[in-house]
Amino acid sequence: MAPEEIRNVILDILTDIAPDEDLTALEDAVAFREQLELDSMDFLDIVMELRKRYSVNVPEEDYPQLASMDSTVTYLTPKMTDCVAS
Amino acid sequence: MISFARPDDLPDSQRIVITGIGLTSPNGNTLAEFRESLLNHKSGVQDYEIRYFGKTIAGICDFDVRRHQTRKDARRGTRAGSIGCYCAHEAIQDSGIEWENQDTSRIGVYIGVTEHGNVETESEIHEIRGFDYDTKVWSHHHNPRTVANNPAGEIALNLGITGPHYTIGAACAAGNAGLIQGLQMLRLNECDLALAGGVSESIHTFGIFAGFASQGALASHNDPTKASRPFDKNRNGIVVSEGGCIYTLERLENAKARHARIYGEIIGYAMNTDATDFVLPNPERQAQCMNMALNRACISARDVDIVSTHATGTGMGDVLECDAVRRVFGESDKTFINNAKSFIGHTMGAAGALELAGNLVSFEDHVVHPTINLDELDPECDLPGLVKNEPREIGKIDYILNNSFGMLGINSATVIRRM
Repeated sequence: MAPEEIRNVILDILTDIAPDEDLTALEDAVAFREQLELDSMDFLDIVMELRKRYSVNVPEEDYPQLASMDSTVTYLTPKMTDCVAS
Repeated sequence: MISFARPDDLPDSQRIVITGIGLTSPNGNTLAEFRESLLNHKSGVQDYEIRYFGKTIAGICDFDVRRHQTRKDARRGTRAGSIGCYCAHEAIQDSGIEWENQDTSRIGVYIGVTEHGNVETESEIHEIRGFDYDTKVWSHHHNPRTVANNPAGEIALNLGITGPHYTIGAACAAGNAGLIQGLQMLRLNECDLALAGGVSESIHTFGIFAGFASQGALASHNDPTKASRPFDKNRNGIVVSEGGCIYTLERLENAKARHARIYGEIIGYAMNTDATDFVLPNPERQAQCMNMALNRACISARDVDIVSTHATGTGMGDVLECDAVRRVFGESDKTFINNAKSFIGHTMGAAGALELAGNLVSFEDHVVHPTINLDELDPECDLPGLVKNEPREIGKIDYILNNSFGMLGINSATVIRRM
């Protein structure tokens, strides 16, 4: 899966877990928490959805890598090379 | 017999009144809509299908979840929580309380539930089934959704209430139990405003349908609106429904000080236990419960204008309740008897609170709503004063007694007086 596709996956997950948020103006370099009302349970939702949808495991020590869209995509790109966009 | 202070002799700080009502029922999302439905044969029971169990019927609510909850909170929480948040907001608005001036640490939330957690647990098991039962995909939301205080806690979270909150697990007596708890906490000065009542999300658990079906106690009928038929000879069980009803309860002194509209005063209540069977009611204990409530209210059976029966529509349940009602009200020629389950089915934890609300309007319009779907009255349920199929205008109404009973022999009755 290419980085742009991974970005779309994350956007799709965010649409589910933060349905009241406007994601069209999301800045990829800025931390999610500075732009969206997300708490620790929401980040666990991102981890859970990656596990359910793509069998990708994000160990707890790597959670800080999910801080922004840029860092998330960078972190996931090698992990999701073989994943196919659904 | 224990004697109680006459309600009129109590100081206003010990007299507890209803000042606001918020509800959602299969046939109405406001008190006005609900009442209109009860006076016009409008059911709310419809065809329904749930996983594993398949096609059945249920009472389904169609309130606007988004009215008082964000999409995110609704997703993270439970259906019972959404019902609770809707009812709590509507009750507060109805009460005219200036919310921004409230000390939220002095507000208590007391919500009756028949059961809680089955819906969420079934959903998670259904979900992990798609992953070969790998518990790694079990949701981190499961615990906050299934803790027993969930619906009350969601209401507190939604409204920023920092006073005490909890649910009261009381089977199908829970709606009354929530009210009684709210009253007691106000009398103990543990809070200044109580949000009290009951909620139910039970139609979203297949287990409750399957359980009643296995017990031979799940209603069926070609016409869903005729399936719930308490006291009819051809009744065949319970219609499971969702719903909620929450009251704002205040001490009379507070209600007077802010010139609040008062729906009624809770002057009597009682709860007791059969201790005889898991499911079969005990009419002796039910009668005792009603008599205790009357005793606390310092009135006699003949003073009561309306008895709202529990009336689930099961064969034995109705007969045994009618036996109990006859023991208490058999000699009263001015007491009228009805029930709301014939319209909306059994709203479980909400039932006691919701059914009372449907009758409270009678203080103003002097009309008793009927029990419907009585095509052939069961002689064993032929109670004197039963209001059959059509509403009945009876003139001034002063007292209502509201019954709610549940499994494991839990009984409750409340007595409300017109102000």
